[in-house]
Amino acid sequence: MSITAEELRRRTAELLAAHPPAGTDRMDFLRARFDAGLAWVHFPEGLGGLDAPRALQAVVDAELAAAGAPDNDPRRIGIGLGMAAPTILRFGTEEQKQRFLKPLWTGEEVWCQLFSEPGAGSDLAALATRAVRDDGGTSRSSEAESGGHWVVNGQKVWTSGAHKSRWAILIARTDPEAPKHRGITYFVCDMTDPGVDVRPLRQITGEAEFNEVFLSDVRIPDAHRLGEVGEGWKVAQTTLMNERVAIGGARIPREGGMIGVAAADWRERPELRTHDLHQRLLRLWVDAEVARLTGERLRQQLTKGHPGPEGSGMKLAFARLAQEISGWEVEFLGEDGLTYDDWTLRRPEGVDFTGREAGYRYLRAKGNSIEGGTSEVLLNIVAERVLGLPSEPRTDKDVAWKDLPR
Amino acid sequence: MTDQQTLADTAAADLPEGPDLLYSEHEEDLRAAVRSLLADRGGPAGVLAELESGRTHDTALWRSLATDIGAAGLLVPEKLGGQGAGAREAAVVLEELGRAVAPVPYLTSAVLAVTALLGCDTGAAEPAGLLAALAGGERVGVLALPLTAAPGGPLEPTVRAGADGALLGTVTSVADAAAADVLLVPVRAADGIELYAVDAGAAGLHIEALTPLDLTRGLARITFDGAAGRRLAGADRAGAAVRKALLTGAGLLASEQLGVAEWCLTEIVAYTKQRNQFGRAVGSFQALKHRMAELWLEVVSARAAARNAADALATESPDAPVAVAVAQAYCAPVAVRAAQECLQLHGGIGMTWEHPLHVFLKRAKADEIALGAPGHHRAALAELVDLTAP
Repeated sequence: MSITAEELRRRTAELLAAHPPAGTDRMDFLRARFDAGLAWVHFPEGLGGLDAPRALQAVVDAELAAAGAPDNDPRRIGIGLGMAAPTILRFGTEEQKQRFLKPLWTGEEVWCQLFSEPGAGSDLAALATRAVRDDGGTSRSSEAESGGHWVVNGQKVWTSGAHKSRWAILIARTDPEAPKHRGITYFVCDMTDPGVDVRPLRQITGEAEFNEVFLSDVRIPDAHRLGEVGEGWKVAQTTLMNERVAIGGARIPREGGMIGVAAADWRERPELRTHDLHQRLLRLWVDAEVARLTGERLRQQLTKGHPGPEGSGMKLAFARLAQEISGWEVEFLGEDGLTYDDWTLRRPEGVDFTGREAGYRYLRAKGNSIEGGTSEVLLNIVAERVLGLPSEPRTDKDVAWKDLPR
Repeated sequence: MTDQQTLADTAAADLPEGPDLLYSEHEEDLRAAVRSLLADRGGPAGVLAELESGRTHDTALWRSLATDIGAAGLLVPEKLGGQGAGAREAAVVLEELGRAVAPVPYLTSAVLAVTALLGCDTGAAEPAGLLAALAGGERVGVLALPLTAAPGGPLEPTVRAGADGALLGTVTSVADAAAADVLLVPVRAADGIELYAVDAGAAGLHIEALTPLDLTRGLARITFDGAAGRRLAGADRAGAAVRKALLTGAGLLASEQLGVAEWCLTEIVAYTKQRNQFGRAVGSFQALKHRMAELWLEVVSARAAARNAADALATESPDAPVAVAVAQAYCAPVAVRAAQECLQLHGGIGMTWEHPLHVFLKRAKADEIALGAPGHHRAALAELVDLTAP
């Protein structure tokens, strides 16, 4: 019998009584909350949770928010919370869980993800970063006992937050002789290792949300391997499944998002209106409203416990709309559309697709159909997993990775 | 752990409770009953065979649907002889009728005519009697307006009444007129619009069948040459009643369009899985898969739009005009595109009379024009949501 909402409220009240938010240091409060099992209630006891149903987290969050308690700024540590944590929970050793989960949740240690490479985007399993076991000449006996070290060389790309991260989840090739999906191993990489070189990756918008990460003889203890050697692809599926989630988005009101910006422009700038732009705006407005309703319907299904496959399509619709609407807006603005707010190389804290000015929104939206799975790959996923259409003949499934054309 | 749970968590956002976009258990039961009935009658192949006979509607099917299942009275309260259900349930019936391109006067009689009658004084004998007869499926009623008449558009009837109630005028492109036992005729009066009933066999009534693009929904040109009409509603009620009928019809037509699109998508996926060319199933080619995946997304979206319109009508939401305009502007082109993609991806067989998909294409294209083309609904939205034209 799992814990009830009432019991969670009682424990939350206890936490608040023992650590009144007003007089408690933020980090002390977060650590206490973790220890009380109220961090993520669906996690196991001792690891920040109480083995409670995930839906009950909302009960705790509401009580804490009402009491003015600090939160762990989830936006800042989204990759840790959304991707690293579920993977560590599922595949980590007891020691790894104890070591990593608490500072991950409190935000004391920020995480990033070293997956994509210049030569491995949609075809992530083709990755070329090598991890080679270094067992020989071990001078430190503790290393030998725990399986020695791995030496990693390669280049990763599109890493958000790498310059602020303490740890990374990393996938690297450990067996080039095996077919590509079978020769990969999953690691936790220390971003303070001297072999880790993080460089900003400037985007078409002028700013650098992401990084390139160069790995040169980075040493990773075998104790920081997640899952078995050669099983990294399977482990990564857990991570990626949790990434797709982040993109569903929350409930939004009518005219929430990019269409709201365009509609406001239309209302505020009557002198710029043309019949052609009007016709196109109305089509976009309808499409945006229907996409909003489709997301709402998906959420209603999930709430009732009948998930549908619609989620796979939501990102496709979102990307297309963001691109079309932002393109419409630049055109609508006419002379103002010819200018850009600022090309300075900046390192923004996060990303706001509807932030800054129209030119930025137009350029940033171009990434929406690439990041988190290109629209082309998502269409394949819908076609094969939802519609059950046969896959294209594959020539790379059973070939040793080293023999694949690159 | 799963993405579904994470998304469900976000449902707790502090927005007011939205429309119910799902299907209730009771609605699914109704769907199962209608689907089973339609399957018994041979499905789309049966419809195609029926068309060969030259009939534009299937009276036996109508009787089963309207009377045995009770679908004709879904919109009518029980005390007025109906089932006391509502627009959500009628929408489910229309989805199934669309999926089967069933040639029955459901949209015209059980939705448009019934809604117009509900707007009359149902305490009076004449409207109440007609309503009960239509709700029970004993009679078919048709609103004598062109199928192109749209909610929110100008309502200018082409028929007028003499002092003795004898009607004069012509109405073009009336759907299912040949199937009708009674015509509900909007009539231009000095102070607005009135609504009259004319029996199908009345002297001075001429119903001239046209050759319709959509073979499953008959069209006729009606001439009133002194036909005797009984007044159902005066200017105080008739205009609002007819407008409400058009709004309800347009909103629920979106569900029919959803059904049409769904059949086309299902059909094309099934066909491309088993059709081999170049040594493999054509459905394995990415160029085709992507087209089907895009279509799937549109069908999924059309369902949300259609459910939203049905729910807004069922709950008499003040948002109903917006919900209906959005659903029509979106669903009408989706049904057309689904049918067109279905044809193209079938290749040569798609151009043959023998394959039933042309019946869906013709229905989808006619439905696009019916009750306001997408451009009409977008123009209506421009006013409703304050995005006014230049």
